[in-house]
Amino acid sequence: MDTNLTGPLLDVQDLSVSFRTDRGIVRAVDGVSFHVDAGETLAIVGESGSGKSVTALSLLRLLDAAGSIDSGRVLFDGENLLDLDARAIRSIRGDRIAMIFQEPMSSLNPVLTIGKQVAEPIRLHRGTPWQDALREAERLLDHSRIPDAPARLKDYPHQFSGGMRQRTMIAMALACRPKLIIADEPTTALDVTVQAQILALLKELTREADSALILITHDLGVVARYADRVAVMYAGRIVETANARDLYGEPRHPYTQGLMASIPGVEGSIGHRLKTIDGQPPDLARLPPGCAFAPRCERATGACREATPALEPAGNGRLAACIRL
Amino acid sequence: MNDQAPLLSVTDLAVHFPVIRGVVFQREIGSVKAVDGVSFELKRGETFGLVGESGCGKSTTALAILRMLRATSGRIVFEGRDITDLGVGELRPLRRRMQMVYQDPFGSLNPRMRARDIIGEPLVVHGLADDRTAYRARVQELMDLVGLLPDMADRYPHEFSGGQRQRIGIARALALEPSLIICDEPVSALDVSIQAQVVNLLMDLQEELGLTYLFIAHDLAVVRHISDRIGVMYLGRLVEVAHRDELFENPRHPYTQALLAAVPIPDPVREAQRDHELIAGEVPSVQNPPPGCRFHTRCPQAMPQCRTDSPDLGPLGSSLVACHLYA
Repeated sequence: MDTNLTGPLLDVQDLSVSFRTDRGIVRAVDGVSFHVDAGETLAIVGESGSGKSVTALSLLRLLDAAGSIDSGRVLFDGENLLDLDARAIRSIRGDRIAMIFQEPMSSLNPVLTIGKQVAEPIRLHRGTPWQDALREAERLLDHSRIPDAPARLKDYPHQFSGGMRQRTMIAMALACRPKLIIADEPTTALDVTVQAQILALLKELTREADSALILITHDLGVVARYADRVAVMYAGRIVETANARDLYGEPRHPYTQGLMASIPGVEGSIGHRLKTIDGQPPDLARLPPGCAFAPRCERATGACREATPALEPAGNGRLAACIRL
Repeated sequence: MNDQAPLLSVTDLAVHFPVIRGVVFQREIGSVKAVDGVSFELKRGETFGLVGESGCGKSTTALAILRMLRATSGRIVFEGRDITDLGVGELRPLRRRMQMVYQDPFGSLNPRMRARDIIGEPLVVHGLADDRTAYRARVQELMDLVGLLPDMADRYPHEFSGGQRQRIGIARALALEPSLIICDEPVSALDVSIQAQVVNLLMDLQEELGLTYLFIAHDLAVVRHISDRIGVMYLGRLVEVAHRDELFENPRHPYTQALLAAVPIPDPVREAQRDHELIAGEVPSVQNPPPGCRFHTRCPQAMPQCRTDSPDLGPLGSSLVACHLYA
């Protein structure tokens, strides 16, 4: 496999995605650029409508018919995924890049046994005979700590609990030892104690396989525990990227600052009023001119409402999109 | 009424649901003990948080207190009166005193009603809307109280954002001037920045109106922020009740400890220093809970006694804990 040792594993450049809706064309992702290095965990955080999930789906070209990628490049191992034909992109999905979705029940096939589903990518991408692929599936399920894995190969997804289904998804994702795993809110539907188990497992197995991980989440606690670097999205754009410690220690962009300040349960604020970000997230179909955060920003000036700020170096390897810095 | 008396006291509450098999010849083959022997008190003006994972019985407890579900056994005393067995006719005045704010600001508002009518509906239902002018003024006052603008009164729910919809739900709950508000996951459907606005609103209203909250949530950070005391539930039982700071700084029950260890702290530096001792397994089925202490199947400190004897909630320092470790 041709590995580009100098550049990043994944390099997303100026990605824009829009959706046809009954209210016209809505730009969900607008000029997003970021990279992921081999083996690292990048968290993409943002609130609903920020474009984080659409970004994730676009990387593997999994958008539904209403969505289209308008521009940009997604360079993976030096190859632009957006240029590939349907067959070529299929050969990458589940092989070199795997995806884990939020709702394991709807991403598993209800009429196929667990064993077959985990074995399928191995058979498909490696041409391994069924018997061997099933044996490998058994090993993977066991490795994902499904209790009594050999006996459960013939089970169907409905016989599994939510946590076990997500373990199955992780086993499937890791089946072909991908270089990159994209996990879109992988534990949002799970209970707290199970969520912690699943994320710890995901982190441990990705480290073991030396895979990079893109973790899409809205949970700032999860980001703090598992991410190396963070990209913060707002209204379809990345407003700040930094390594996790810098971002939490000293958020630069006013939106990131507001987000950090509004987290409840942090010592010092307990029992007192929380700092909030005034107003509502913008309507993507009617974005204000200039910086989309300006209407909610305490520091906004006239200039903020004129031009969209670019993501620029903000010291220490960080980037922020704000002209007031 | 004595101000020192608790506003609400729940004693040994149980809510069991029958499990029925058969179509023609139906027979009861067992029961789901959704809530099984829960006791706690709410003081006037305090916020009592109830936390736990799915199936722990926190929402069932709330519905039993509101008398939307019948208690199988136990006592519910509210404002000095035993309300456990009140008949339908007697329930109506009770409803004015306790109200609920729901989780889903989308599903809990009638999409065909205007905001003003949703907020005013409890007044109409309770026959308090005869004076048209006073009614309108009251709805306006309620909207103002929760931070909704006057020109929003004629809008329909779909024209509001999630946070604004939750404000409508809160205004509706306040319409009858209740003393107790039960909030069932009131902010879990909202984005972080909007969550903070609603949490602040609830705290402001409490101060202004002297409300008592039963605050049910699975998000421990929110519960820690807003509650004075917190009860932790597991499979239909309370396993620990403690003051907020005591619970987070000195959790006693192994389940409380596991729950706190599972929740990540939004601070990478502190997260890196933490020891992530995670418990294995998932919550067992409520229909077939383990004998003895219901947590023993996942408890790292389980002893032989835990498999057979169910521990009672007993005092430990200023807290209440149900665990044989401290017996």
